[in-house]
Amino acid sequence: MSAIAARLSDGRLHLQHGPIDLIIEAFGAADEVERSYSQAVERFGDILPTLVRELPILRRCVTDAHPLPHGPVARRMAEAVWPHRAVYITPMAAVAGAVADEMLQALVKGRRLDKAYVNDGGDIAIHLTPDHELHAGIFATALDGVARLTFDQPVRGVATSGRGGRSFSLGIADSATVLAATAAAADAAATVIGNTVNVHHPAIERRPARELDPDSDLGDLPVTVAVGALPPALVEEALDRGAAEARRLRLCGLIEGAALSLFGRWRLETAGMALAEGLAG
Amino acid sequence: MSDDDIALSEVERGAGIVRCDACPVLCRIRPGRAGACDRYANEDGKLVRVDPLVLLAKPDLARVAFVEGSAAWRGELGKGEGAFVTGIGATTTYPDYKPAPFIVSSRHDGVDMVTVVTEGIFSYCGVKVKIDTDRYLGPEQAAVRVKGEAVGHVTTAEYGSQMLSLGGVHHLTGGSKKEGVVTCEALLALCNREAVELAIDGGATVVVQADKPPIVNGTREERMRVGCGSAAIGMFAPQWKDHVDEVIVVDDHITGVLSEHQGGRFLDIKPAGIRVRGRRSTPGRYFQVAEPGLGWGGTNVSDPLEIIEKIDSKQAWPGLKLLMVSTTGEHSAWFELDKDLTPRPAAMPAAVRHVVDRIAENCEPALCTVLFMAGAGGSLRAGVTENPVRLTRSVRDTLTKVTLGGVPAYVWPGGGITLMVDVARMPEKSFGYVPTPALVAPIEFTLRADDYAALGGYASRAVSLDDVLRAHKVRVDEDGQ
Repeated sequence: MSAIAARLSDGRLHLQHGPIDLIIEAFGAADEVERSYSQAVERFGDILPTLVRELPILRRCVTDAHPLPHGPVARRMAEAVWPHRAVYITPMAAVAGAVADEMLQALVKGRRLDKAYVNDGGDIAIHLTPDHELHAGIFATALDGVARLTFDQPVRGVATSGRGGRSFSLGIADSATVLAATAAAADAAATVIGNTVNVHHPAIERRPARELDPDSDLGDLPVTVAVGALPPALVEEALDRGAAEARRLRLCGLIEGAALSLFGRWRLETAGMALAEGLAG
Repeated sequence: MSDDDIALSEVERGAGIVRCDACPVLCRIRPGRAGACDRYANEDGKLVRVDPLVLLAKPDLARVAFVEGSAAWRGELGKGEGAFVTGIGATTTYPDYKPAPFIVSSRHDGVDMVTVVTEGIFSYCGVKVKIDTDRYLGPEQAAVRVKGEAVGHVTTAEYGSQMLSLGGVHHLTGGSKKEGVVTCEALLALCNREAVELAIDGGATVVVQADKPPIVNGTREERMRVGCGSAAIGMFAPQWKDHVDEVIVVDDHITGVLSEHQGGRFLDIKPAGIRVRGRRSTPGRYFQVAEPGLGWGGTNVSDPLEIIEKIDSKQAWPGLKLLMVSTTGEHSAWFELDKDLTPRPAAMPAAVRHVVDRIAENCEPALCTVLFMAGAGGSLRAGVTENPVRLTRSVRDTLTKVTLGGVPAYVWPGGGITLMVDVARMPEKSFGYVPTPALVAPIEFTLRADDYAALGGYASRAVSLDDVLRAHKVRVDEDGQ
């Protein structure tokens, strides 16, 4: 199955190849937008084939040796997960964000656009110019918050990890949304934070990742399959653990903010910017 | 990458793992699970597209699926004459890239025809569900939920049926992500003729499956009644007239009493003095003769005499012949009044039995019907022709026939190509989805070759049916029907 490109009825660009599914939108003069879309389509055909060539490296746990893949997306992945190597992590934790970053670069290169985004299944790379902003909605059970992203803030990536997505998580968060400098950085951090939103309880069903997917980069680690009803105190405890990790990553300068949800309960970790405005309710 | 890299180990094969080679990721997929893209899955050790490519030998004949990598059935349809390629499993391509995946030329009755075959991604889509039951499913406009998420609503009831409108762009992409995912799953299951349990706010829980009886609050609906009790009186009064003195049609909605009913009066049937319980609506029509239930005519009554309040000795007479029957003819009993005017069960005369059987005969089996409704968007049309509006006009002028999986679609009047099709007539597993979320459905446009050229079609892309069959390995679908 080769890559496909489509224009959605509202004009957005839809690119899909194997598991990569992108929604892209650029804002600006019509001809510039069209040229940017052409650039994205042009770049897209090569993304997956180049990526899969290095899959064995990218599925390996990162240790003290920095992985040195060749492909541009693979390099973004390795770079994004490197700061998190104290815990079990593979470059695959940043694959969606890294693809979004790479495609955004191809989209905007040499173009004059007001703003643009590449949404790779919820992991979003953002391009902004002065006086233009984007609003990223955060959905857990409903539209739970809106992150207002402006040119003067250092956020160019948004990513969400959690149940219901296609990748496995070691944690139980309904969602862990992270704002960071790049989509790859946000993606890696969302994975790490999502894994820490966790407690032990019989209502949580876990299975070794390989039993579900022989190719999973998580090997025999127990991934969350289902989460039944939990006592409210445990919900709070799980969220507190995630919030502590989010705070640590923010103070390390790896992320700008995070919002975590579990069973309708929320935790925010933010320096008082973008996320704080939206999640008041 | 060498062949060795993608070969599975003995252990992997033993575990039923299959290797997907549909894209470069080359996922290894365990039984019952899907690959990273959710488009290919391992079904009993076989790699299947969630929406396999299907070809109809003729629209009404055995169906043939393209199965990549299997030569077993190759050539069954080698003649090509009269075969019809469906869009099922054809995959999608788009105008920014290329024309629709299959543009097949063929000849019908000496006329050159072209069928443009593709799969459409329908962001605007949903289903209209008709449920044959008189049971109260819930108030109009009430939300219909799956797993707690609103996926649609109760809409205007029809004669003998309750109607639901499910899906649509507001539930698919306008609400929360979870709402969209659940809606998409429910639509996909309904369109692929699987059973889905729907909970209606302030109403019933109903299991809906296309072409199968509804199950309302755990009870399977068997027959759709011929009409309410009053309607049954009107319909059958002339046929009873010479054989009975009184007929009571027991119905939870409106119980009919022949001698009081307009239908009986018209035939000069004299008053019989048998009073039923409940609230009189108009002469011979009674509401609420009992509680709703699973007994006679949707009431909780198992002995029909329970609904008789009294027998008026001024009007009734010994020997009076009384038929009691339910609206579906499922229940019936024959009584004659003794000298004390007490109803005594008696053998039902053949002529009366005949009319009771006729009630049953006129009841159709209760079914759920699921119509897929969607709009063919701009880019889908652009895969057919460089000038999409001409395709719309051509469809409107009925020069172009629109089919989904080979089944003719009803195309709404007005702008665009908004269509409806009965999913029960489509081949199995015709539908797929994309994570947008949106449904993927096969769609084929068939028109004369010269008309196709005139509307700006990709005529140079047309390939013969033989070429399509040659390029793909073909297998007769064993459950073809």
